[in-house]
Amino acid sequence: MLNTYAVIGLYALVALTFPFIVLLFARLVRPSKPNPLKNSTYECGMETIGDTWVQFRAQYYLFALVFVVFDVEVVFLYPWAVAYGKLGLFALVEMALFIGLLAVALVYAWRKGILEWQ
Amino acid sequence: MVPLSWYLAVAAVLFVLGLFGVLSRRNAVAILMGVELMLNAVNINLLAFWRYTQPENVAGLVFAVIVLTVAAAEAAVGLALFIALYRLRESVNVDEIQLLKG
Amino acid sequence: MTLNDVVLTPILPEAILLLTAILILLIDTFLGDKRWLTWIGLAGVVLAGVSAYRLALSEPVSFQGMAVSDHYTAFFRMVILTATALGLLVALNWLDAHGEQQGEYNALLLLAAIGMMLMAAATHLLTVFVALELLSLSLYILAGFERERATSAEAALKYLLLGAFSSAIFLYGMALMYAATGALDFAGIQQGATMSPLFLVAVGLLIVGFGFKVAAVPFHMWTPDVYQGAPTPITAFMSVGAKAAGFAAFVRLFVGVLGVEKVTWVPVLAALAVLTMTVGNLAALRQVSLKRMLAYSSIAHAGYVLVGLSAANSTGVAAVLFYLFAYAFMNIGAFAVVIALERQGEGDVTLSQVRGLAHTHPLLAGAMAIFMFSLTGIPPFAGFFGKLYLFQAAVQANLTWLALVGVLNSALSAYYYLNVTVQMYMAKEETPPRLHWRPVLGLVAAIGVLFVIAIGIFPQVWLGLAKLGMLALLG
Repeated sequence: MLNTYAVIGLYALVALTFPFIVLLFARLVRPSKPNPLKNSTYECGMETIGDTWVQFRAQYYLFALVFVVFDVEVVFLYPWAVAYGKLGLFALVEMALFIGLLAVALVYAWRKGILEWQ
Repeated sequence: MVPLSWYLAVAAVLFVLGLFGVLSRRNAVAILMGVELMLNAVNINLLAFWRYTQPENVAGLVFAVIVLTVAAAEAAVGLALFIALYRLRESVNVDEIQLLKG
Repeated sequence: MTLNDVVLTPILPEAILLLTAILILLIDTFLGDKRWLTWIGLAGVVLAGVSAYRLALSEPVSFQGMAVSDHYTAFFRMVILTATALGLLVALNWLDAHGEQQGEYNALLLLAAIGMMLMAAATHLLTVFVALELLSLSLYILAGFERERATSAEAALKYLLLGAFSSAIFLYGMALMYAATGALDFAGIQQGATMSPLFLVAVGLLIVGFGFKVAAVPFHMWTPDVYQGAPTPITAFMSVGAKAAGFAAFVRLFVGVLGVEKVTWVPVLAALAVLTMTVGNLAALRQVSLKRMLAYSSIAHAGYVLVGLSAANSTGVAAVLFYLFAYAFMNIGAFAVVIALERQGEGDVTLSQVRGLAHTHPLLAGAMAIFMFSLTGIPPFAGFFGKLYLFQAAVQANLTWLALVGVLNSALSAYYYLNVTVQMYMAKEETPPRLHWRPVLGLVAAIGVLFVIAIGIFPQVWLGLAKLGMLALLG
């Protein structure tokens, strides 16, 4: 019992110290020649233009909202699939109803033009 | 095995943290986040009770799953309302939204 | 498990409403024909009513132990379907101005009604929670339906934040109840209900949760703002439907299931009742907005119902059922008149706007006067018998002092209810109120008047129905 914990402890110790060792080693061997361009925020790529506090289009939210609702419904599908063998016909009908209702919601969202990017 | 009371303590602390968030924050989104924290505290409770008192009956487990989905639906409706309000008022701070009183 | 278990019979009315809501949404989005949506909704409500009636004739059936269709459920289905039908009708006028979203409005209203009916039918804490969230989420959206009006959006925000907050507290109570009794279904809770610190905390949290939902003081702070800011048809619908649904689950869980331990919660509810009645009535006295006044009045009425709940006996339960039924007609009727008085795009009516109404619209003023008399509790109208039964139940349960507080509060409430009548009849106004309304509002007001009088003249008939519902709960 204690032995297994000791292994985990050792593993954690190695995992924690490893990055520091690597970083330290790299610092010791690499040459250091700083210049302004290298020290800029984005060494490769472009400087940002304007403030980073820009507003997103409200449409992102619409997608996110629809996504969240459908995403979370998967929570029901996994237990259903796992226990399906024991539940039989009842579960099949229930899940068909459930998916059917979700499909109606999706059809509604689609007809309202929420899925089209403008 | 970790005793049941530890889970309950964690859940109670989370719940109170959420409660504090709801009562002290002014931004509506932050308040909603506090509520989500409270719901998750309840989930920990439900799962702990289920696991420790009657693991053969899945009612507690299923309850937690349904709480998750309902919380997502609540967040979706809430954020939609916040956007609608933001368009009107340029703010979702609850202390700046005070047309109705009396 | 056989095919027989899959049948949705016990929740057929709810299933019918769900299909109607889907049908409305699909017709709206695919055909774009909005003329008939309200009437399709009404047809669905009528069909659901027929199936609820047929279910009420048969033996109680349980839906997988999650919900039950008994006489108690049937009674609340009647109340909620009535409120839904009237809620659909009173919105016709207002929907003219918001033609784009007719489908969503009607569908959301029906979804809220499903949640309300399931709350009455629930025999499992999970059903209570899901039904509560279904009705709450629908109502949050409906409260903010007039997106362009800032007060409506504000009402929705406050409703959502406080509603979600109270749901979390309610849920914590459920989790602790699960721990204290080892069950989530009502039968199991009843068996496992024994006094323990955990049980007490759970009961306390559940009372707080229900208190928020039925707008009992001190958990009422959202009510005036939400009722005032929400579109008036929605205010009418939720002041009746959400309250009835909240009390339906409240009574079933507390009197029906936790009745054995009633020493733990009766004093708390009695104290809440006193606070709710008094604060509601005192605050209603100084309102200038008619909608806000009716909001405080609805808080006070929740207090009266809490008196019957505190009695926790068979008379009390029957009285609560009777009262909620009578309240549906008088309150929606009163709101129908408010809608008729509403100016385009304002979403509110001040008390001065009713001045001289009797001289220009005598019928409408007469209807409003009857609703105000009934809300005060003046015989021979429905409200009088509702209060009479509630206070009788309190006396039977040795809570005479509570009944006395209730009577005193009724007297207090007479001041602001009758003030409306006085303004309509006595005051002369140079510029009489100009209305733009549809006959359907007159129809709703007429139905309200008819039932307020019918319940007042033949209270025994309706009390008999309420007693049937009570027997399903208390045996």
